[in-house]
Amino acid sequence: MSALSRFLPLSALLVLLLFPLLGSEYYVGLLSRIIILAIFAMSLDLLIGYTGLVSFGHAAFFGIGGYALAIAFQDASVIHLWQALPLSLAAAALAALLVGWISIRTSGIYFIMITLAFAQMFFYYFFESPSYGGDDGIFLFLKPVLMIGSEDILKLEQENNFYYFALSCLVAGYLLLTMILRAPFGKVITAIKANEHRVCALGYSVNRYKLVSFVIAGTLAGLAGFLEGAHSGYINPSYMSWHESGIAIAIVVLGGMGTLYGPVVGAFIVVLLQDFLPSLTEHWQLLFGSIIISVALFLPRGATSLLPRILALLRREKSEDASSEEDPLEKTDG
Amino acid sequence: MADTILRTDRLSKSFGGLIATNGVSLDFERGQVHAIIGPNGAGKTTLINLLSGDLLPNDGSILFNGKEITNLPPNKISQLGIGRSYQKTNIFAEFSCYENCWVAAQSRLNSSMRFFRPASHLKAVRERAERALELCGLSRRHNSRAAEMSYGEQRQLEIGMMLATEPELLLLDEPLAGMGSEESIQVIELLKRLAEEHTLILIEHDMDAVFSIAEQLTVMVNGRVLATGTVEQIRNNQAVQEVYLGEDEEEL
Repeated sequence: MSALSRFLPLSALLVLLLFPLLGSEYYVGLLSRIIILAIFAMSLDLLIGYTGLVSFGHAAFFGIGGYALAIAFQDASVIHLWQALPLSLAAAALAALLVGWISIRTSGIYFIMITLAFAQMFFYYFFESPSYGGDDGIFLFLKPVLMIGSEDILKLEQENNFYYFALSCLVAGYLLLTMILRAPFGKVITAIKANEHRVCALGYSVNRYKLVSFVIAGTLAGLAGFLEGAHSGYINPSYMSWHESGIAIAIVVLGGMGTLYGPVVGAFIVVLLQDFLPSLTEHWQLLFGSIIISVALFLPRGATSLLPRILALLRREKSEDASSEEDPLEKTDG
Repeated sequence: MADTILRTDRLSKSFGGLIATNGVSLDFERGQVHAIIGPNGAGKTTLINLLSGDLLPNDGSILFNGKEITNLPPNKISQLGIGRSYQKTNIFAEFSCYENCWVAAQSRLNSSMRFFRPASHLKAVRERAERALELCGLSRRHNSRAAEMSYGEQRQLEIGMMLATEPELLLLDEPLAGMGSEESIQVIELLKRLAEEHTLILIEHDMDAVFSIAEQLTVMVNGRVLATGTVEQIRNNQAVQEVYLGEDEEEL
């Protein structure tokens, strides 16, 4: 299993790396969108799947990452990546710090409600702000550049280059979270999810760990928002709507929470379904809903739990075969 | 002479109209095993919850090593060196036995806000976790999922986690509750070993166990301290015999 679990992500990464050589520009663009959504969902999984905080307002930080880019650079003649990216991350981190500072004092249903309320406040602020385009949002006509000398080494206006940029962000985010989860910090937050009261009794100031987790997740969501804004060249309030937060939760649950690859798989499933189902029927939302319901019912640990189950079944059959082959030998021995 | 590690002064706690702990003033001596006994509803667990910070008192104060800890939260009290085990098993059910102790042991780092090196590289934490497992007698269950272990083993793990935080004073809330006689004997042995180096405050219903471990006894009834003293003094105390020990004998 461990060999396979190492082999699978690497081969998936290889497929993603080679895809632009074969796929059309439309599908490369679609894949970029999926990857951005995967980063967003993965950041939410740090909260839902590892810290036990069900945030229903995670889209706020996604939107703030995008808006920070759009507001600061809407009239700029050039967008320097080294300025724009840290700005987006800082804005999202600051917002997460403020929202988290208050929200983590509550738990359960109250935490869900309070994060939702915060996200709605951000949503209406941008929705009703004429200087930021109101519900029309802001257009960005330039892509961020990374200048070395007089040469832009990223050339993000080319779809393939943007795709590779987003993919590297996904891999970096994945590795970062993996590292954090293995470190002492990760041990504490997974313990908080399992039994918060006991963690406190063991001497940890639980709220500080929750807050830091909330800020890390918010910052990573800001990265996704930055990428989305840069990719589509358009940012509007719907980025931070509760619908967007809900989709992120659905992706995490569909893919499998508490695994970092689950949300990545979930993002693929959700976007591809949204792309494919409407061609079947105009009532595709019904189909989409029933798929989510069936996964929740039959695969409570997400779509990615399917593979280990199948493997376990196969292995059991194999070992049964092996034991039945051994039987005659035992008899002759006896 | 007497070296007090923990002192409560007129400690009171009420829930609505119910006074669970009523003006409890007690001194706990360093290095001794002090058992608190009393009928159900006497306020023993409430008292432990006040000492560990799980509950805040309405009135009175708690001094630990001469320092006021009355309104501190549980995590601060744990960091000062007071460990506790719970009456209802309170472990990380999905973690392995070792991971349970690991999380406990890691709490003694200056900070667990460490994000870069894998936790498993921390030698001091590993040693502390392994020592705790060995002490509570679960070394052979190292990789077992806590939820899959027997009830008695979970109770042992509960104590092991407390030990991994290397406390000076142990608060034990019915460590023998629900255990079979075999398991009880093991845990009593463990408590005796712990008593050599720690101060123990212990709630227990099993009188044989109490008399075999404890040096000091406090009898509580209806939230009040009825009597406190050495085991001998309590045995000979008239009021205690009437209210508590007498009842037990009648039941027997």
